[in-house]
Amino acid sequence: MNWINHLAILAAEEGGHVEITAGDGGFWGDTAWIMLVTPFIAFLAILAVGKRLKHHGGEIAVAALAINLVWATALFVLNMTEGVLDTTNTIEIANIGSGIVFELGWMLDGLSIMMYFLVNFVGLLVFIYALGYMHGDVRVHWFFAAFSLFAGAMLVLVGAPNLIQLIIGWEGVGLASYFLIGFYWEDIANVKAGNKAFMTNKVADVGLILGAILVGISIGHFDFRHLNEAAVAQDPALAAVAVAGGALLFFGAMGKSAQFPLHIWLPDAMAGPTPVSALMHAATMVTAGVFLMARMFPLYQNFLEDSVRPWMVAIGAITLFAIGLLALVADDIKKVLAYSTVSQLGYMMTAVAAGGYTAGLFHLFTHAFFKALLFLGAGSVIHAVHSNNMSDMGGLRKFMPKTFWTFVIGSAALAGIFPLSGFWSKDEILATLNYEGYVLVMWIAIAGAFVTAFYMTRTVALTFFGTYKGHGHPHESPRIMTAPLIGLAIPSVLFGLVNIPGVEIPGVSNFTTWLGVSVVGLGDHHAESIDITLAIIGSVAAILGLVAGWMIWGKDRDTQQERDWFRLPGLYPLLRRKYYVDDVADGLVGVTMGPMAQFVNWTNTYVFDGIVNAVGGATKWLGGVVYNGLDQRGVDGVFNGLSAAADSAGSSLRKMQTGKVQQYASGFVAGVLILVVLFVFVI
Amino acid sequence: MEWFETWGLTVTVFLPVLGALLLGFIKKDNEDALKRTALAITVLAFIASTVVVANFDFGGGTYNTYQFEVNETWIGAINANYHVGIDGISLPLLVLSTFVMVLAVIYSWNHWEEPKNPKAFLILMLILATGMNGTFVALDLVLFFIFFEIVLLPMYFMIGIWGDKSLRQVPGFSKPFETRLYASIKFFLFTLFGSAFMLLGFLALYFESGNLGDERTFDITQLTELGASGAFAGWSVAGWVFAAMFLGFAVKVPMFPLHTWLPDAHTAAPTVGSVLLAAILLKLGSYGFIRISLPILPEEAQVWAPWIAILAVIGIIYGSLACLAQTDMKRLIAFSSVGHMGFVMLGIATLTDIGINAAVIGMVAHGLITGLLFFLAGSMSHRYHTREMARLGGNIKLMPVIGGILAFTAMASLGLPGLAGFWGEFMSLVAAYNPLEGLSLGVFRTGMVLGAIGTVLTAGYMLWMLQRVNLGEPNPEWEGHDFHDADKFELTAWVPLIILIVVIGFYPKVIFDTTTDAVTSMVDMVFGGDSTTASISTTVKGG
Amino acid sequence: MIVNQFLILAAALFSLGVYGLLIRRNIVLILLSVELMLNAVNINLIAFESMLNTPQAIGQVFSIFVITVAAAEVGIGLAIVLMIFRNRRSANVDDLDLMRY
Repeated sequence: MNWINHLAILAAEEGGHVEITAGDGGFWGDTAWIMLVTPFIAFLAILAVGKRLKHHGGEIAVAALAINLVWATALFVLNMTEGVLDTTNTIEIANIGSGIVFELGWMLDGLSIMMYFLVNFVGLLVFIYALGYMHGDVRVHWFFAAFSLFAGAMLVLVGAPNLIQLIIGWEGVGLASYFLIGFYWEDIANVKAGNKAFMTNKVADVGLILGAILVGISIGHFDFRHLNEAAVAQDPALAAVAVAGGALLFFGAMGKSAQFPLHIWLPDAMAGPTPVSALMHAATMVTAGVFLMARMFPLYQNFLEDSVRPWMVAIGAITLFAIGLLALVADDIKKVLAYSTVSQLGYMMTAVAAGGYTAGLFHLFTHAFFKALLFLGAGSVIHAVHSNNMSDMGGLRKFMPKTFWTFVIGSAALAGIFPLSGFWSKDEILATLNYEGYVLVMWIAIAGAFVTAFYMTRTVALTFFGTYKGHGHPHESPRIMTAPLIGLAIPSVLFGLVNIPGVEIPGVSNFTTWLGVSVVGLGDHHAESIDITLAIIGSVAAILGLVAGWMIWGKDRDTQQERDWFRLPGLYPLLRRKYYVDDVADGLVGVTMGPMAQFVNWTNTYVFDGIVNAVGGATKWLGGVVYNGLDQRGVDGVFNGLSAAADSAGSSLRKMQTGKVQQYASGFVAGVLILVVLFVFVI
Repeated sequence: MEWFETWGLTVTVFLPVLGALLLGFIKKDNEDALKRTALAITVLAFIASTVVVANFDFGGGTYNTYQFEVNETWIGAINANYHVGIDGISLPLLVLSTFVMVLAVIYSWNHWEEPKNPKAFLILMLILATGMNGTFVALDLVLFFIFFEIVLLPMYFMIGIWGDKSLRQVPGFSKPFETRLYASIKFFLFTLFGSAFMLLGFLALYFESGNLGDERTFDITQLTELGASGAFAGWSVAGWVFAAMFLGFAVKVPMFPLHTWLPDAHTAAPTVGSVLLAAILLKLGSYGFIRISLPILPEEAQVWAPWIAILAVIGIIYGSLACLAQTDMKRLIAFSSVGHMGFVMLGIATLTDIGINAAVIGMVAHGLITGLLFFLAGSMSHRYHTREMARLGGNIKLMPVIGGILAFTAMASLGLPGLAGFWGEFMSLVAAYNPLEGLSLGVFRTGMVLGAIGTVLTAGYMLWMLQRVNLGEPNPEWEGHDFHDADKFELTAWVPLIILIVVIGFYPKVIFDTTTDAVTSMVDMVFGGDSTTASISTTVKGG
Repeated sequence: MIVNQFLILAAALFSLGVYGLLIRRNIVLILLSVELMLNAVNINLIAFESMLNTPQAIGQVFSIFVITVAAAEVGIGLAIVLMIFRNRRSANVDDLDLMRY
């Protein structure tokens, strides 16, 4: 029986309202596998001939994603207009005995179609942007090859009908990430950043793999349909392992989605080229953990409500707030955005963990556009000033207006300013947290919204306002780079409107419906009408952050290279004199932001990174002990000792072999005499 | 084709040794003729094995029925027969063996270690091929033992003559040894030590089978029949017999703590020797467990399985930690085998169909991947004249193709999903979660967790190796050196391996379609019966 | 018949042979000492034969065997000695320690 129908029945009991029209997508659905294959073909083609082409293979990568986008868009539209698709196509790749079968295939449902569209749309724009950004760089063909590999692996991941294929895609994107973070591998620091990313994820993957084994073996199926059906039906076999399995899977998700304390790899991952940061470390790859939580949502909804869930929410909350603070002290513009990404992933995770299926995924959806936009904007700036540091920037709005305006739009969307997309998705998260009873976490999320607006204002101010402090004459990036910026700015503005609570776009309903959420998101709170109070509170927090940020970094333009507000002693009286919100800002900013951010930064650097380094060092030390002490002296020593004993016995005995015949003869005669004495006198 | 149905395996096995004879008639300095003949012979053997595959009935049948079976009287006095046959478990390994041998000959084309003597080297390789192929098809314990031992000699000479000529101070000895001598003697003695016990075990089975059946027999199928029916269950010394065979196989695998010959032998051996050692020789041990130990003494296998699992898991963690302490690239790769074969043995120890399946695909994958790694390490030390990782670095800049393939292979080795190495590791963890009923869940599930942690360590040392060898700026000492990248012989030998690693990674059905039926029916037949026999055996042992 | 006196003679002769074998350094003399020991054995054989008087005359037959073997031994032995002397200009056993460890 179809699990969506199960959910529909249960949802109907709780007042769900959307009918299911499970289609299979017709031609587009049957051929959707093309999307999962083209990037790999592109990968091979670029490796083979990329070097010889004008754009070093970039055109192949773009073409592959352009083809994909046709399918993704067609499916997206079908899903909107013809009701939620629900079909899975698989081929068996292994029958390993005991009735366990591994399959590869592609899934078509609201979630995967949303992800197909997201990955291909953002991916295509970032690829086009990269044509310009990477122009003249080293190894461009390898860049596009690895990027195509990433796109393929990501599509394999989001299209996965089962945990096995998900793991394949999951580690595939990790591999591409490793390659691209360490893209400039001449500098060993970049290699180390890649290693750090790979290893942190590998640690988390222990959770993913063990969790997959636990839940998969318990019911004998690894595919999501069976797993979710079993979860909905409260299958006792699954129930027995659900808590451990769910917790382990969440641990896996924490790694990929950079949740505290496994977030440490993401800021370092900024060592890669900026388009990589935009597509992989902001828009798509890092959301895989949230995606996994959504995929296995019925498991968490039905079994983990009281046990693991509060912890998951807590981790998400810590991530969204504490890591967001770090963005306040970073000078590297990409680091700011990276901390911001971690913080936003915290929002998504908190929402999904709290039971907000739509809320989390909607934020994932909108965030992908505006965060990719911000990264690409930052890349455009870096391209112009040849530095990552905001202390080398300033006043760039005059030189690069297109970048400036799109960056501002992205920042506003991220900060959650009405009516941009971030506003709607963040508001939905707040509503969910409120509905699910996580009121404290909701207030943390509101405080996080304040922080978000605060640091984005700082970033915009330091980068685009004031006077230029870098070298040379920056100028606007070429059109091949600004066009994608505009292409991302439009959805950043508009895509929030697809899920206004209680509003259905004529003929195509809304995002919640596209996801099939009213049926899937059992217990999900999608308000029938907008919750005005929360929306206002959220907006006020964002605007407060914006104003506070502008007052600190936007006002005093001559000293804005002084990055941290507490280094500006003149600021207090200024604020206190001019605005009546100064006291609030003073308390909020002075007491909380400065020392806390510093503290968290310190903890991040010395405690968590320290633990990682210590564990690494200790493991290496242990390796040395095991090898030199135990293996070479102990185990091997026993065997060497045995043969050494035989050797020394031989060398002392062989001294008897003098070569003197008469000595031998004497021995012989002595022996005879002894025998004679024995025979004659003794016996 | 009827003729081939009968004698196909014999051709596959003995073609190489006939080729070795043929090479004996070719003049020593006629290198081209020697190489071409050797290549032709190995290709023919490979073709023969693929014809076996083509005519193989994948429908399965029950365990203990073999295809391409030949059973002729050989040494009547002790009832030892020339009995060969093949089933789903041995088929992939046989093909792996003939296949890797072809690649090894191609690679040898212009890679001769000093003292250069292509004739002797190729003859030894061909003899080795016969021993390896024979072990996988032998269905008689005496025949198995002989093939198992034939392998020893050529490898001993390969390491001893063409191995690493540097001196090495061994603790406990006053004078330093030549590494090649130390390693070859160690390899020989270790294996011989194990085989001696193994032979004792075989003899014990032989005599006991006389007490149970009509006549004494060395025949694996008949012994399996007896074993599966529980005939050996009440045998008072069955535990010792299992232990004796365990020693023989465990040395070859190698399992902790009998592994110390492996890093030395692999490191000292010439490139082709290391490749063959890693790709095929190690599999003889784990294959022996599956083919002989488990089906013939299933009750003892259940008693011993937790201990095997513990040793396997120790091997996984231990091997990985040891890798982290290496400075020599080839030695690191060698130590990684300890960890990877630990996964294979963990799979076998679960005594389930999934576990044994995991072991078989793990063996094939390890053969392809580690074989390729040794090819690469050999080619690199051929160019740099050093294997010290501290002196390497930026390899991918100096030799993009070799560096790229090294990165790919390292990823495969760390068990990246989508490449061949993943399935063996993943499935042995799956199997360890649910071992055969009656085995200690605590031991195996702890093993599963530790094994999973082992995959993290594996990733750690592989990335560390890549960082030190492949990435960063090249060491200044190589400035001005003109390194030539992979030549056509190297690529011809490597590309098939790469393709297979990817194909098996994405479509492991090519392996499982052959193995699953055999493995499932084996577990049904051997361990599927009532569990009372197992408990009786335990009490006997305990009493 | 009383054989005591023959046995004493043979024992004395044998002891002389052993003495020579152990003490002399010249290979030729050592060979001669071996001959002495063999002849002591021959005396014993003849003495016991004439005491027991066996029908097949085993004692005589064996002493002839011994003489034959002794002759062959001396022949080969002297040849070896000659070769050694040619090669090494010495017939001293102490110089011949090629088989030393």
